[in-house]
Amino acid sequence: MSKDLMGIINLSENEEKIQDLTFNRPIAAIPFGGRYRVIDFAVSNMVNSGIQRVAIFTRHKFRSLQDHLGPGKYWSLDRKRDGLFMLHPMVDYSSSIRRYGDIENFKDNLGFIRESKQEYVLITRSYMVVNIDFTPALEAHKATGADITMICKHIVDGQNASQYIGLDVLEVDQNMAVKGVGINFGAKEDYCLSLEMYILKKELLIDIITNAYQSGSTDFLKQAVLAQFSRLKVNAFPYTGPAQCINSINNYYKANMDLLNRQTYQSVFTGHGLIYTKIKDEPSTFYSPTSQVTNSIIANGCFIEGTVENSILFRGVHVKKGAVVRNAIIMQDSVIGESAHLNYVIADKNVTVGDRKILMGDGGVPFVIKKEQRVI
Amino acid sequence: MQKKEVIAMILAGGQGARLKSLTTNVAKPAVPYGGKYRIIDFTLSNCANSNIDTVGILTQYQPLALNSHVGIGIPWDLDRRHGGVRLLPPYTSAEGGKWYLGTANAIYENLNFIQMYNPEYVLILSGDHIYKMDYAKMLESHKDRGADVTISVINVPMEETSRFGILNTHEDLRIYEFEEKPKHAKSTLASMGVYIFNWSVLKAYLLKDNLDPESEHDFGNNIIPSMLEAGLKLYGYVFDGYWKDVGTIRSFWEGNMDLLDRDNTLDLYDDSWRIYTKNDDLPPQYIGSDARIENCMVNEGCEIHGTLKHSILFTEILVGQDAIVEDSILFPGVKVGAGARVYKAIVTEDYVIEPGEVIGDPDSDEIILIGNPEDTPMFEE
Repeated sequence: MSKDLMGIINLSENEEKIQDLTFNRPIAAIPFGGRYRVIDFAVSNMVNSGIQRVAIFTRHKFRSLQDHLGPGKYWSLDRKRDGLFMLHPMVDYSSSIRRYGDIENFKDNLGFIRESKQEYVLITRSYMVVNIDFTPALEAHKATGADITMICKHIVDGQNASQYIGLDVLEVDQNMAVKGVGINFGAKEDYCLSLEMYILKKELLIDIITNAYQSGSTDFLKQAVLAQFSRLKVNAFPYTGPAQCINSINNYYKANMDLLNRQTYQSVFTGHGLIYTKIKDEPSTFYSPTSQVTNSIIANGCFIEGTVENSILFRGVHVKKGAVVRNAIIMQDSVIGESAHLNYVIADKNVTVGDRKILMGDGGVPFVIKKEQRVI
Repeated sequence: MQKKEVIAMILAGGQGARLKSLTTNVAKPAVPYGGKYRIIDFTLSNCANSNIDTVGILTQYQPLALNSHVGIGIPWDLDRRHGGVRLLPPYTSAEGGKWYLGTANAIYENLNFIQMYNPEYVLILSGDHIYKMDYAKMLESHKDRGADVTISVINVPMEETSRFGILNTHEDLRIYEFEEKPKHAKSTLASMGVYIFNWSVLKAYLLKDNLDPESEHDFGNNIIPSMLEAGLKLYGYVFDGYWKDVGTIRSFWEGNMDLLDRDNTLDLYDDSWRIYTKNDDLPPQYIGSDARIENCMVNEGCEIHGTLKHSILFTEILVGQDAIVEDSILFPGVKVGAGARVYKAIVTEDYVIEPGEVIGDPDSDEIILIGNPEDTPMFEE
């Protein structure tokens, strides 16, 4: 167990390609997998690895996230000692020097990092959904004497892994030493994908942040870390389970649909440990005598009277009589009207689709209905 | 301690012997129900939804599951600085130790607990009934009438009156007589075991009853009759919703199946009156490509590849390919092997039904209870 490890989840993430789902929430708060939010994976992985101090560095639009996480009760992080911390960016109009990137938030919360009792820090983002035990990575970090240990996934079928295009790749030698960090253009068949999860000593992190801020040339923590690479010993540590990337509408759709594969479902939801989320106290899902549900993932509290195929239903969804929902993701409390037809659709929370409405997207371009939108 | 207007005391120490092996290891209030709950959740949630924030739970028979389930009351918002939920088992004292001798004695032994809050009213509840009821409305009626005691009653068919405690009332619902399981009832108003007492009155009668060597220390048989004799003001309060005492295997099965009937008045999906319970936070259900599910309730963590009809499935149940489950209740962790058939059965925790095994008979009216390793399958007429 990793009691000398503190977790930091850095929510400075690129939302450009997933805007339809991030109007009023960060990527971390996007509903995923029937009953979770993206952040549940990062937080649960940390908790399941024995981490007891988890800090979330937010960027903006954090209301829904705050509401979801609360004091961290569902992750057993409501504690007297350590627990869950939400560190929001501060706005200080009196200061004439401001960096627009996340380095500002890290600088402002340097005291928080300094006063932690843990010797090591694990920094992750939220957009990469994995089910992972961080303990072996920490052990390897200590054993190899590396300054930084980056968790990576070895990709062998690059042509079929378009979801990872644009992400960081690690240039790794046969001793797992990281020689450089580049960007994945999708041209390579065999490469080492960075999951943007890395372990380093707390003191080193403080050094990196301080130096970066003082030199004045860096806006982002990632930049600051990469700038130090030449003088540090950086190792890669492999992760072998599924890694689902939530950074565009297509990837979001694919990540959800991949869960319909039973192996993926099991490794994502119960791989190293259970994923925890906010409890809603919904009753069990009711399948009426007219319901027909196949190859789908269904959360609790749904009321299904129609047909559901190859789809993900979140908690409290009502599919009325005669409705047909195919290849769709229907989020919390949405209502699909009688005899409505949906194919390749992502319906955000609280959406209402009227009776006999027909909404069709395409496998490549799913049709997104925005939060609380009424299609009637 | 801060004074409370009303506190609730839930009687949860009973075995429920007619539920057979369902209650071998757990008290009746802790028996799983409705695909997600334990029986006591209904009463506890009623308290929470009626804004009652101080609850004592009297335990005695097999309390382990009940204790772990209730804990400090988090699911019902009963983890409070002032008040909240307390589990109250029998205890020893300088005079020695004894078990709770009857329902009234259980309350008597916890006078200290009640006195801590010095309430105006005490609500006595039973932890083994299935219903949704607003106790606040009943309390209002109690106050409006200036009653000493209000007993919640439900109209039952005349032919069933011999199974209940029947209250005979004047037209204004003032009670003049209580008859336990009468052969020839004069009224159809059955007591639901839900009482509101003025605390000062109840306290006096409990102290008196404790000294009576003849008494069975029971509310229905002793406390209520002696109050009637003394001419106190006892009123009935008519409840007209769904109420069920799931005392036998058959009524337990029927009560569960009622939940699948969309016309039934106990609506679990009404979010203004949620039934709360301890939650396992499990993954969503995985419904396979060949699954068929009709008229069922299925909970989190289940994986379904076979056919389900008119059944209730708790958490983490695996139903294999080509298996058929009909008119059944499967408790958490049950595995139904490929091609197995299960008809009209109650299958308890973690039981494994082998591939191809057949349990029950679709053409029979018998309910089968299976799962406890000491059981041969039990049948209930």
